[in-house]
Amino acid sequence: MPEKKSTQPEKITLKNLFSRPSQPYANPYLGGVLLGLVLFASYFITGNGLGASGGLSRYAAFIEDLIAPGHVDQVPYLIHMAGGQLNPLDSWIVMVTTGVLIGGFTSGIIHGRTKLETHKGPNISKQTRWLFAFLGGILFTYGARMARGCTSGQALSGGATLSAGSWVVMFAIFGGAYALAYFVRKLWI
Amino acid sequence: MIPFPLNLESLLGKPLMYLVFLMIGFLFGYVLETSGFNHSPSLAAQFYFRDLRVFKVFFTAIVVGMLLIFLSSAVGLLDYNLIWVNPTYLWSGIVGGLIMGAGFILGGFCPGTSLVALATLKVDGIFFVLGGLVGVSLFGETVDYFKYFFNGSYYGRLTLMDVFNLPAGIIVILVTLMAVFMLWGGEQLEKIYGKKDPAKAPKARYYGAGVLVAFSLLVAIIGQPTTADRWSRLEPLRASAIENREIYIHPGELLDSMHDHKLNLLMIDIRDEADYNLFHLLDAEHIPPEEIPGRIDEFIAQPANTVFVLMGNDETKATEVWKTLTAQSVPNVYILSGGINNWLDTFATPFEDEFCGKVVEVEDDELHYTFEAALGSNCPAAYPDHEKYHFDYEPKIKLELKRAPVGGGCG
Repeated sequence: MPEKKSTQPEKITLKNLFSRPSQPYANPYLGGVLLGLVLFASYFITGNGLGASGGLSRYAAFIEDLIAPGHVDQVPYLIHMAGGQLNPLDSWIVMVTTGVLIGGFTSGIIHGRTKLETHKGPNISKQTRWLFAFLGGILFTYGARMARGCTSGQALSGGATLSAGSWVVMFAIFGGAYALAYFVRKLWI
Repeated sequence: MIPFPLNLESLLGKPLMYLVFLMIGFLFGYVLETSGFNHSPSLAAQFYFRDLRVFKVFFTAIVVGMLLIFLSSAVGLLDYNLIWVNPTYLWSGIVGGLIMGAGFILGGFCPGTSLVALATLKVDGIFFVLGGLVGVSLFGETVDYFKYFFNGSYYGRLTLMDVFNLPAGIIVILVTLMAVFMLWGGEQLEKIYGKKDPAKAPKARYYGAGVLVAFSLLVAIIGQPTTADRWSRLEPLRASAIENREIYIHPGELLDSMHDHKLNLLMIDIRDEADYNLFHLLDAEHIPPEEIPGRIDEFIAQPANTVFVLMGNDETKATEVWKTLTAQSVPNVYILSGGINNWLDTFATPFEDEFCGKVVEVEDDELHYTFEAALGSNCPAAYPDHEKYHFDYEPKIKLELKRAPVGGGCG
């Protein structure tokens, strides 16, 4: 948890931008109501839900297209995003993902929580945490592509629109994590 | 017409549409950060029942989102047919979900939360995102080895209402009650494993839970609009299209459309099976009127250049089906003017003159021709020679802009 907590936020200046005392997070139920309102607004206005892994995969396709454009044109999965003249970043989901980065950064700055640090369990080193974060990232997005969406695109969005498949994915995510949690408890507790 | 969701691209143009999505992403990221989703130990702690913060945010959000979606649909503000409902791919969803679960407990994030962690300079979040980029690329390289698995067990736009065969209102109540129960149970578990005292949390959450349950009852009481409700809302706008015959296309226009490669033409023959077997247009699909409601989702999911042409023996039944499809927000639906009888009058060749006699003493909505055998689409009139016919007709087909999203946030 953040070391210092302050109820009186320190004034934001350029100097203390990344070092102000962290304020506590919002009440989870309040956060949930706000998140639900954003989710609804997204469906109401655009017809689309929220998502994250879709944007991430387009960023990946963009990077691959920079490094090896010839290769992209041979992988069927990448062609529809970045084949030929297609710009993989020309998609609404990339806008959402970019907005997430800006929004997260802004809230972090306002609440003094944007600072260079590593969160980890008490019994592992930073390096171990980084390694497992990297491995977890590989697994999670691999699974997210297979299931056609992650916690945002499937569980949250599909959950609220009552998609049967999304509820199955949601239970599979939580089931997988709970099933494995005991065996990797050293990472966290 | 049901006003929402909006067709942002035609309303605002692409740059402004992208700005709207950027704003939604901004709010999404802001709320995720405010709720503590960039703090990986909290995300992991829920799997040890010590701190269910993330679990609480998540299920509260689902219920609030669901209630507002179905309430606005019930009162006719939001068209549920036009919002993206994730299609169901059962087994790739289960296996992908389990892999995600493993990634969750090992990595301490999910993709959305890792982006917020990266944006707030959490080093573990940065490593997760880097791993995520690798995972995505790895998937692109390997999906060809299991593409039948990946694309198999497909059920289309399948909702919980379809699975349990219950009205939306009942499902909404059940999901709300389940979520409230899970949140209550979560607090009890936190008390045992996390040494947290639920008595210290604000009492307002009980009122909140009451409000959610009340809203779910309201959704069930109002009910979701039926086809008849939807048509009665639409009638003042679209009834004139029937009167002015804007939706009835000349056989010549249908013939030209069959040869227009820019269109995805779907011809739907709604007559009974016997008539369809005697004669139908080449590539016309036989869908009797009672099977139409079950196919709506599939029709809406068709590409934007799709044109549906309905045909009966005459126009009466086709017009009723047109009302159903139009009320359910299927775009670009037309009717073959005069039906199959008019088509045969227009395109009968010496072959039909020899083998199919014309009969006059029948009702309008019966087939006016007799066939000696069930020829199906094997007569020349089922696929007339485009070069031979030229008609002067008033073109009726105008492609409407598509409002329904063609892909979710996962494509």
